[in-house]
Amino acid sequence: MSDRFPNSSPGASGLQFREEVLFGRGSPGRRGASLPEAGVPEADPASELPPELLRSEIEGMPELSEPEVVRHFVRLSQWNYGIDSGPYPLGSCTMKYNPKSSEAAARLPGFASAHPMLPEEDCQGALQLGFDLERALCEITGFSAATLQPAAGAQGELCGLLMIRAYHAARGNPRKKVLVPDSAHGTNPATATLAGYQAVEIASGPDGVVEPAAVAKALDGDVAALMMTNPNTLGIFERNVREIAALLHEKGALLYNDGANLNALAGVARPGDMGVDLMHLNLHKTFATPHGGGGPGSGPVAVAEPLAPFLPVPTIRKTLGDGGEARYVLDHDRPQSIGRLRTFWGNFGMWVRAYALIREWGPEGIRRTAQLAVLNANYLRKLLEGSYHLPYAAASLHEVVFSDKRQKARGVSALDVAKRLIDHGFHPPTIYFPLVVPGALMLEPTETESPESVEALAAALTAIAAEAEENPDALHAAPTRTVVRRVDEVRAARQPVLRWRPGR
Amino acid sequence: MRYHPHTDADVRRLLSAIGAPSLDLLFDSIPAPLRLERPLRLPPPIDEHALLDQLGALAEKNRAVPPERVFLGAGAYPHHVPSAVDQLLLRSEFYTAYTPYQPELAQGTLQAIFEYQTLVCLLTGLDVSNASMYDGATACAEAALLALRLRRGRRKVVLSRALHPSYRDVVRSYLAASGAEVVLVSFDPKTGRTDPDALARAIDGQTAIVLLGSPNFLGVVEDVRKAADAAHAADALLGVAVTEALSLGLLQPPGALGADLAFGELGSFGNGTTFGGPGVGFFAAREAHLRQLPGRLCGETVDADGRRAYVLTLSTREQHIRRQAATSNICTNHALCALASTIHLALLGKAGLRELALLNFRRAAYARSVLGRRRFAGPVFNEFAIEADAAALARARKAGFVAGLPLGRYYPELDGCSLVCVTELHDRVRIDALAEALRS
Repeated sequence: MSDRFPNSSPGASGLQFREEVLFGRGSPGRRGASLPEAGVPEADPASELPPELLRSEIEGMPELSEPEVVRHFVRLSQWNYGIDSGPYPLGSCTMKYNPKSSEAAARLPGFASAHPMLPEEDCQGALQLGFDLERALCEITGFSAATLQPAAGAQGELCGLLMIRAYHAARGNPRKKVLVPDSAHGTNPATATLAGYQAVEIASGPDGVVEPAAVAKALDGDVAALMMTNPNTLGIFERNVREIAALLHEKGALLYNDGANLNALAGVARPGDMGVDLMHLNLHKTFATPHGGGGPGSGPVAVAEPLAPFLPVPTIRKTLGDGGEARYVLDHDRPQSIGRLRTFWGNFGMWVRAYALIREWGPEGIRRTAQLAVLNANYLRKLLEGSYHLPYAAASLHEVVFSDKRQKARGVSALDVAKRLIDHGFHPPTIYFPLVVPGALMLEPTETESPESVEALAAALTAIAAEAEENPDALHAAPTRTVVRRVDEVRAARQPVLRWRPGR
Repeated sequence: MRYHPHTDADVRRLLSAIGAPSLDLLFDSIPAPLRLERPLRLPPPIDEHALLDQLGALAEKNRAVPPERVFLGAGAYPHHVPSAVDQLLLRSEFYTAYTPYQPELAQGTLQAIFEYQTLVCLLTGLDVSNASMYDGATACAEAALLALRLRRGRRKVVLSRALHPSYRDVVRSYLAASGAEVVLVSFDPKTGRTDPDALARAIDGQTAIVLLGSPNFLGVVEDVRKAADAAHAADALLGVAVTEALSLGLLQPPGALGADLAFGELGSFGNGTTFGGPGVGFFAAREAHLRQLPGRLCGETVDADGRRAYVLTLSTREQHIRRQAATSNICTNHALCALASTIHLALLGKAGLRELALLNFRRAAYARSVLGRRRFAGPVFNEFAIEADAAALARARKAGFVAGLPLGRYYPELDGCSLVCVTELHDRVRIDALAEALRS
């Protein structure tokens, strides 16, 4: 096989096992858990609970020993590709190396087992970590206050828009519209709807950035805010940000910054210094907390002073104890707050990981991280410019967006390119996003890929471009080296099978 | 910096290939006045040992009372996490992977989600489950939003006052812009159950959904069947929040009692309490509501060779396709925490799940018998309210126990009462010592 794919990442083939689902296997009575003796007098549930409320054992549950369960999940893991497996250039998703020390920190017993309702004096360590992380994020973003409550970027957006709504409502009119550039993530318009706003799309200009004139044209007294991703999803800096902020502020509207791409700026520039009023950050992007196959993330929101009264409750406040020592408290008494967004305080496990990395990096490490991310993206761009169409010539920051325009002429799509890249042992880039680029191939190498790794990725993509010229039909069959080949998505949607059932 | 592969020589080589004179000039597209011209004011970098040493000291500040002496639940239930769970979570093919948008490279994550969805259906007695949500409170808010979409034109959401206070608060936050009215229904001060007469009075032709917890925040198991009948009589939905998912190993599931939606927190399986997050929000529904579900769904299909395969499906509901018309704005969910629950449930299996649930029930029953002063007569699982005032809690704390959660803050009329949770972490010796501390 490796002869067919000379540009493969080393070791891109190996033994893979077939593994059935957990259910309908094993043997009655078999189990994989170690439970203590009750050690207390017998108590019959029927003495406490009416019989119609009690259930018996659940038919269909697995009946497996620990070794069987462990082998099952190890085999499943072998069908996955993670950032520890190889380069993962998913644009906008920022798949960078996840430090092992952060994993160790999150597993410290005093963090992993702390109960969220502990009396404040018994969880000072957790509260202090939250407070210190908030202060660090404020310094990095240039804002004065923050909340760590939101679970992910999309909930950070909701938090932000609900605060914007409360801010305007406090001035007598919550307003009706939120402006969203056409290059935005889908979460932006979806969140606007959830927050009770009409999302109004703004077309980007010819060089990929939002033009002040387009904002001015859409701007009226009904506009509550503009949501801007900066750098945007094309990897281009929105250079008119300050002018756009001034236009918005003149009409009493606010500028929200989607911080999905903060990793391009951290230590180099701060949204708070650009006229932005509030933003969310994705700890699972900029601060390398693991994506976990889809989460959990963490989406803190940082705000300028006028928005601070509207932060969700509770906030973490630092006070002085009786002996003059620092004491951290949860402040629920905030009358203008938008209220609560989570069962408890936020994704604390992610706070620990991000905080650990900020401490390991230090100020210079944060700046160097942004520099190397931009260096790698520009190097990749240089290596691929001859093979793929570059729809926007403007300077790239942390990511670069190509398109399948040249390959399309040979009947090869961005999807084909992505699937063939899998055969070469790499995770594909983000495809068909941003929507402003037809057939987009959005590449973000991140700072944790070595130059050789960037070169290997570029060599594979270059080989695919050549294959598209020479033998385009072969690409439609890719991938060929994975545990499954292209899957039938139409069937999955038309005849949904969303769970195992006995007897199938 | 060990996470940066680039040496100075590498940087020079790449800069020269790009044709850029310096790293700083790579940021030329950022207007100079917008750039930060000073170092960030943050502590200097530290090495790994110093990091873990300092964080270890901070973590220890949360361990003045070890978990075995903390009798707190209230939405986050302390349970033993088997070693096998964490060993498997540390398979970095799982934890360093992205959302499975490329199914050929993510069959492991996808099959695990399919298994998770199946387990949630088995536990709740409902037909379909999504791939997870942030937590129980946001799942509860999504249930309210689903009902308002499904019963378009109706403007009322009825909440039991005995539903977890945070769940109620998050519903209010999420509905702030919807124009929907939130109506609270009181609980019976004797039983701790949602007052059935008040509930019947609150439901009318404007009601989209009734939301209650079972066991509720007071630990009391609700009469879900009766609430379902009341909701359905007005063509409203019934949504049941389950904050302690282990109770589903012993109690009839919401789906078997007439609930249309079941949601809540699955963190009891495989996830530590981690100061409240991340846990697992679960969300299950009847087949008829499938197209209104929030969040991701994994489905079984076949690949080009006809082999069984899994893929994210029905994504035309979701924000990345439908944008402003999506059923929810959720993108990232709590996949890894859901995997932890899946592994723990697989280990427990049919017999282990029931035995663990029974064990919790028995330990709690014993605790009730020795702690005394039970506040509500309604049936309970592993959590219950007792009469124990601030002075009693302070005595217990002096003896090294966190005896429970004072309820006065959430319900002024329950000032002097505490919510006590007993799980397999709390053995007889500790329960007896707690009883002694509360008494003396």
